[in-house]
Amino acid sequence: MTVQEVGTPRKRSEDARLITGRTRWTDNMTPAGTLHVAFLRSPFAHARITGVATAPAKERPGVVAVFSGQDFAAEQGSLPCAWVVTEDMKHPAHPPMAVDEVRYVGEPVACVVARDKAAAIDALEEIDVDYEPLSAVVDMEAAIADGADLVHEDLGTNKSYTWVFENGDLDAAMRDAPVVLERRFVQQRLIPTAMEPRSVLCVPEGDEFTLYSATQIPHILRLMLATVTEIPEHRIRVVAPDVGGGFGSKLQVYGEEVLALLLARRLGRPVKWTETRSEGNMTVHHGRDQIQRLTLAAERDGRIRGLKVELLADMGAYLMLVTPGIPLLGAFMFNGIYKMDALSFTCTGVFTTKTPTDAYRGAGRPEATFAIERMMDELAHELGIDPIEVRRRNWIAHEEFPYETIAGLTYDTGNYEAATDKALELFEYDKLRAEQADRRERRDPVQLGIGVSTFTEMCGLAPSRVLGSLSYGAGGWEHASVRVLPSGKVEVVTGSSPHGQGHATAWAQITADRLGVPFEDVKVLHGDTAISPKGMDTYGSRSLTVGGVALFSACEKVVDKARKVAAHLLEASEQDLEFSGGRFSVRGVQEEGKTIQEVALAAFAAHDLPDGIEPSLDSDATFDPENFSFPHGTHLCAAEVDTETGMVKLRKYVAVDDVGKVVNPLIVEGQVHGGLAQGIAQALYEEAVYDADGNLTTTTMADYLVPSAADLPTFTTDRTETPATSNPMGVKGVGEAGTIASTPAVVNAIVDALRPYGVHDVRMPCTPERVWRAMRAEEKPAAAEPGAGGGLGSAGGDQ
Amino acid sequence: MPRIRVEVDGATYEDDVEPRLLLVQYLRERLGKVGTPVGCDTSNCGACTVLMDGMSVKSCSVLAVQADGHDVTTVEGLGVDGGTHPMQRAFHEEHALQCGYCTPGMIMASLDLLRDNPDPSEDEVREGLEGNLCRCTGYQNIVKAVRRAASDMREPGRQEVTP
Repeated sequence: MTVQEVGTPRKRSEDARLITGRTRWTDNMTPAGTLHVAFLRSPFAHARITGVATAPAKERPGVVAVFSGQDFAAEQGSLPCAWVVTEDMKHPAHPPMAVDEVRYVGEPVACVVARDKAAAIDALEEIDVDYEPLSAVVDMEAAIADGADLVHEDLGTNKSYTWVFENGDLDAAMRDAPVVLERRFVQQRLIPTAMEPRSVLCVPEGDEFTLYSATQIPHILRLMLATVTEIPEHRIRVVAPDVGGGFGSKLQVYGEEVLALLLARRLGRPVKWTETRSEGNMTVHHGRDQIQRLTLAAERDGRIRGLKVELLADMGAYLMLVTPGIPLLGAFMFNGIYKMDALSFTCTGVFTTKTPTDAYRGAGRPEATFAIERMMDELAHELGIDPIEVRRRNWIAHEEFPYETIAGLTYDTGNYEAATDKALELFEYDKLRAEQADRRERRDPVQLGIGVSTFTEMCGLAPSRVLGSLSYGAGGWEHASVRVLPSGKVEVVTGSSPHGQGHATAWAQITADRLGVPFEDVKVLHGDTAISPKGMDTYGSRSLTVGGVALFSACEKVVDKARKVAAHLLEASEQDLEFSGGRFSVRGVQEEGKTIQEVALAAFAAHDLPDGIEPSLDSDATFDPENFSFPHGTHLCAAEVDTETGMVKLRKYVAVDDVGKVVNPLIVEGQVHGGLAQGIAQALYEEAVYDADGNLTTTTMADYLVPSAADLPTFTTDRTETPATSNPMGVKGVGEAGTIASTPAVVNAIVDALRPYGVHDVRMPCTPERVWRAMRAEEKPAAAEPGAGGGLGSAGGDQ
Repeated sequence: MPRIRVEVDGATYEDDVEPRLLLVQYLRERLGKVGTPVGCDTSNCGACTVLMDGMSVKSCSVLAVQADGHDVTTVEGLGVDGGTHPMQRAFHEEHALQCGYCTPGMIMASLDLLRDNPDPSEDEVREGLEGNLCRCTGYQNIVKAVRRAASDMREPGRQEVTP
């Protein structure tokens, strides 16, 4: 009898390679004859290029070629945007290497190809570019004001699109409601900061190309590269070898990938480019960057009537793969887990002369969750009701599922009560509230704040028809195939493309259970378009919920086929066969049977197969769910805020998540930990900062504060389990939950600590200086903060 | 061009190197020791941490010429007879890695940490690894792994056990 694999905290099989340094990061690979590429990048946020002199650089030792954008103008195409959210969306051309004009600091202008990286970088200094500087457009609100300087002169506006969703009578809700709250929140710009910098290696072989890239999306990338370069799709093979994290930032078609392909074609030799961190901070797509204005109408008992959301979303200088759609992913989440009569959502995508934005862990949903969870706390404070109680009065009760929300989604399942009750118990809520009261009473210079976030998210991106209805350019199904080899070992191919998520382990666990084979007998293959014939890749917590379920289905098909063969071999009817522990046996006659391995060998030999059965034991399947999945949870944070220094210390963090059925609890817990760190980082540490001229001032890891082990607390995590109904495994996805839930929990805790000081908000990241200033904003209402657009955000109730 | 003689993971190398060549570039590009990755260019992330004469250094902040006459250990030189080091095993056992890019640096920095303090508290591990960034794990399991390895390594005779 085999061990039950699904649900077991099995240690990962991919670790053996990673802990010993036997890795295949793209930058580790250097085939013979490889040339190295370095890019010259714009030092201006906005400028016209009037000339690029490359001749002196070509003379440098070791330099093979130097090209400007002009040299590739005819063949480099325009980087794709696959999400045209409105018919009239402004979608400017986006050349991989700038030709006439640069629109953000770091945009590539020219490149050197040389025998080694140092020679390439040295030669960059010899390239002379004539720039005619133009006005930088940094602030979103200024960008859409009358008479603003334009990022794209020919568009005549800095607005890319305005997207509207309305349901219910919001005007009536606002008119009648006794309580109306208005708040403005700033979602600062973030840099995803995967530990592995981007890297791309393109190896030509005649008119065929193998492109290795640190990418999350080998399949989508291949199609897009073919479209952009007009190199036929079947002549391009894309491989995502070991990929060192992505968090959305490697869900992209980057100019450097296009240019690597074009350079390899032009030079006929392998070319490799790996970014430095400083160049990466300027050019990896950024995330978040929204200004949110919310108006919430409620009854005096706390019940919500309606919510109005007006959003400005910074697109940066160009629209990349899914840039315009990111805020829309949040549109359906602003109502959170709460019932209301009316919702209105308006989003305006704004061009600025900054690095383009796109998906970053959670993509749209963290922004929405932050807003509604902050509003719930504001409402609780306004009404003098406990923030947990206000939420209880509004959320969808367990018995009301499935529930169609005001945003038009159907939440299939959920149990917000159970998750919250568990979290409160682990947190010792009442005890901490008592301590808070005591500290307030004593006027302790270190105040205690308690923050809560009860959230849900929309995971498992698919269903294809829904993505289509949102004008997304592709489907969302996923593919898997399973082949039982003649020896009885199993190879599994998935269209999902992991970059740290542990597919090799989790997918093998699923397979081992379904086929009744030992875990060690399963090998998982992925991330290579020559091996994995089709796929939609990894993002949006879709790997398990879509790809894992495709694998589940493929296994079922294999078992069905094996059953037919086994029945034939055992001269029994299919209906009389039982399949258990990897063995088919005749019901009631246990000793007569065939293992799946024996069946595989028979199917391979094909000496005696039933009519209509093709040799070999294998199958493939695609899965396109009928609905999204909706993980949910309750997070609680206790923060100590030093009122004299503004320093925030997280004292306790409890996360209870409901991600449905769990395949590997170890992996789930690890994903939650990492997600919490990223969400907390947004609340406390990280921000991509631009000066008034459009220079990014956080180009290094010294300036952009990724938290270290010393900056984070030990988390208490637990789970409730309410299986999803939109897939046969009941799984929901876990990759983004921690990030989505933690940011509002932390900021709510900080604001809660500072309520006695008249503070209603602190703009993120809540640095000691910002906290300190927010506390004193009452005394100095005019105090403005450089670069913050709206001064202190909504600190001190400033609207 | 200066000539250096350096011992790396038990083998001796003699090479002419440009004075500006960083140790990490020498390891990766000249010796093919690509198990040590590069995560930043400002010595902040710690991904490229190796041991030099037993002390952890960020190999992006050491010149190859400075390694002349020294003994360098990378993650590829840990363990004996094809086995793994207790620290490597602890990272696996405690699920202290996801994408694994920071892992070699974390492991090497942790070894140095335990050399100074064989029984660190949780806070001491957190402080000790402040110079090594991870984006996947939230550090919790890394801290657990280091403390587990510390415990395993304190037991006499378990230092270099092969699995």
